[in-house]
Amino acid sequence: MTTTYARTIPTLALAAVLAACSGGTSQPSNTPAPAGAGPRIVQPGAPGQAGRTFSADELEQVEGVSYTDADVRFMQGMIPHHRQALEMTALVRQHATTAAVRQMALRMEISQRDEIAMMSTWLRERGESVEMSVMGMAHHRMMGMLTPEQMETLASARGVEFDRLFLEGMIQHHEGALDMVTTLFNTSGAAQESTVFKFAEEVDADQLMEIERMQALLEQIGR
Amino acid sequence: MKDMGNKITGAFWLLAATALVVGTVAAPEGLKGQQQEEQVPPAAPALEWDPNDPRIGLGAGWMDAESAISGMELLAAIPRPDGFFNPSTPADGRFSNTDLAFQDDMLIQGNYNGFQIFDISNPADPTLAVSVVCPGGQGDVSVYGDLIVMSAQETRGRLDCGIEGVADSISAERMRGVRIFDMSDMNNPTQVAAVQSCRGSHTHTIVTDPADSENVYVYIQGTSRVRPGDELAGCSGGGPEDPNTALFRIEVVKVPLANPGAAEIVNMPRIFADEEGNLAGLWQGGTHGPGTQSSRMTNQCHDITAYPGIGLAGGACSGNGILLDITNPESPTRVAEVADPNFAYWHSATFNNDGDVVIFTDEWGGGSAPRCRATDPATWGANAIFRIGDDNQMELAGYYKLPVPQTDTENCVAHNGSIIPVPGRDIMAQAWYQGGVSLMDFTDPANPFEIAFFDRGPLSIESLFTGGYWSVYWFNGRLYGAEISRGIDVFRLTPSEHLSAAEIAAAEAVMMNEFNAQLQPKVEWAPTRDVAQAYLDQMTRANRILNDRASEIQSALDANAGAMTLNNLAAEIEADVVQIESGELGGDAERMAKLAAVLRGMAAQQ
Repeated sequence: MTTTYARTIPTLALAAVLAACSGGTSQPSNTPAPAGAGPRIVQPGAPGQAGRTFSADELEQVEGVSYTDADVRFMQGMIPHHRQALEMTALVRQHATTAAVRQMALRMEISQRDEIAMMSTWLRERGESVEMSVMGMAHHRMMGMLTPEQMETLASARGVEFDRLFLEGMIQHHEGALDMVTTLFNTSGAAQESTVFKFAEEVDADQLMEIERMQALLEQIGR
Repeated sequence: MKDMGNKITGAFWLLAATALVVGTVAAPEGLKGQQQEEQVPPAAPALEWDPNDPRIGLGAGWMDAESAISGMELLAAIPRPDGFFNPSTPADGRFSNTDLAFQDDMLIQGNYNGFQIFDISNPADPTLAVSVVCPGGQGDVSVYGDLIVMSAQETRGRLDCGIEGVADSISAERMRGVRIFDMSDMNNPTQVAAVQSCRGSHTHTIVTDPADSENVYVYIQGTSRVRPGDELAGCSGGGPEDPNTALFRIEVVKVPLANPGAAEIVNMPRIFADEEGNLAGLWQGGTHGPGTQSSRMTNQCHDITAYPGIGLAGGACSGNGILLDITNPESPTRVAEVADPNFAYWHSATFNNDGDVVIFTDEWGGGSAPRCRATDPATWGANAIFRIGDDNQMELAGYYKLPVPQTDTENCVAHNGSIIPVPGRDIMAQAWYQGGVSLMDFTDPANPFEIAFFDRGPLSIESLFTGGYWSVYWFNGRLYGAEISRGIDVFRLTPSEHLSAAEIAAAEAVMMNEFNAQLQPKVEWAPTRDVAQAYLDQMTRANRILNDRASEIQSALDANAGAMTLNNLAAEIEADVVQIESGELGGDAERMAKLAAVLRGMAAQQ
């Protein structure tokens, strides 16, 4: 899918001016910017170390660290994970008897829908598939997702029994998401892309809180 | 703008309906000592708006979106410079613009990839002076003398400001904490200190000690994952029973100004602890009862705003708003706390100039979600305004939310702002991400209302790209907006039914050498004609002054009256004040007294 924004900044023209004025080699850090060369781009060093300036043809390097395959797998994997959560919360609309469970499920629905949209946009923007590979799916089963049998049992449960199964299932499901975040952060080079980092941290904080809340609800309705 | 007979009301939110289901589950234990009420609280009120508001239906675009403006004029719109954006998308999170700081002719724009310094000697034409590459996010910046402080929290942050990230999941090359740069040679900024912390620095706050000119303090607000002890000794992510946990605290960095390279953490105060020493002494996380918002557990502060002039700081600390006594900046102590059933995540704090009102913002949805839709409640993702009593206890007065709905592809929620120093009024300019800029009058904290705005259409109508205003701050007569993906916008105020030319001129005359929104300055207005006129305009607008007296004052101001006339007039007004206070006369005793003082000040200067 293509997007419909337009950008009117003469980026290339500016880069061309820089290239014409400052040449192609990296300059020592204490060289003042030549007159008319445009704004300086400086990269300081570690404390006590000298910095450096960027020359025009190094500009593209400024972009820096990008995303990794692990980031893509994380995003691709979290989409079906979230989708199953939406299947579970849809059942809550029909069957839940406890007000607090209904409220919690509605809140989850809102945030998980928004996050699915965000993840899909992130993947599409980078030309990555929104769907994960079949092998990935197989691995994904282990990440806390409910089995088809568990989903069937949940769908046919009624009354407080439904509420109990929903809470237990969603706790399992959320713990899987926390595992996915931990795996991501333990993978060298992963989670350094800013959007992935922020999203993984949000999943961590939100779902941990929801697990605690669901555990408290389970206590209250009686296991 | 306010046509009550012609307002649209958002559909009742989903939760409002479910709140009617009989609740059988008690609310979780909340703030210690706070009783949970049995009754079902009223559903959060729906948003109301003017259907003719020009912000509705604006065309989308990155640098060419349609816009709507009221009460202000856009003077400049400066896109992000090369190296600080991705030309193929507006929403590359590695290059998001973040917070702003100001000093003299310098504007410092934080960015996930570093920061830039703009020359704003002509505010209508900011020019880029230097770009500094140093990734790590969020890149919130503050300035103090020759020092620039920047927050780093991401796992890609490197000690050497490198752009290549950190290859290993445990590494001595990683930098998460606050960086301190020496900018005495603006062409060659040097990193003089990199203070590592366990959760990194999401935001930070410079705190000054009025009695100590040799040191400043930086409070580190970490909100991220605690890193392994293998990477930074002593870091533990344990629960409140773990005495070493990096949760449930802030870090206090002492910066010796003569040797900023020696900056180090000198205290890690447990500002959420209760009297029994439980580190998790405040909000435990969860809802406040049926139909209410679910508030995050208080194990972190998202942001703290210090106001040394009143000895207090306001902490927006995930599940609570708190006040800290900062008379000893090295050892802040909590003096008050509030929770709120409408708040998801306490995000930032701003005081009014008198220091007897504090605004807390709620970043429901984390800033990347659309939370200003027609169906979103008017008290969720909003500002909550509290009066501060003589005992420092806070009392809720009212809520304010951007009073116009945004689309579902616009991330929108209450975000950063600062006070516009109009004498006699409390006004805040505020960023609402893609909801734009909104100026809120909260002189009456129970009845806040909008007096000016600027808004662009969404970045896209197909996808939600995180963008919009991160911060909007007032500095030396102009408003500067930091747009995440569109760059820097500069505004000036224009007179309207809500704001007179004199009120604007009085605000524009307030000059500062330096401004950090998280280090709030106390403003004092010089006695000028504009300040006197501003008070008079306010009383006239509110019909709280007798016509004859108003005419008399206006004539004196128009005629540039001499000292004797001004003093005589002041004496008459002071006599009015006595009568108003005794109930013999209607009117605004407080503003009349201020006006009399200004007239006497003007007389004394002649």
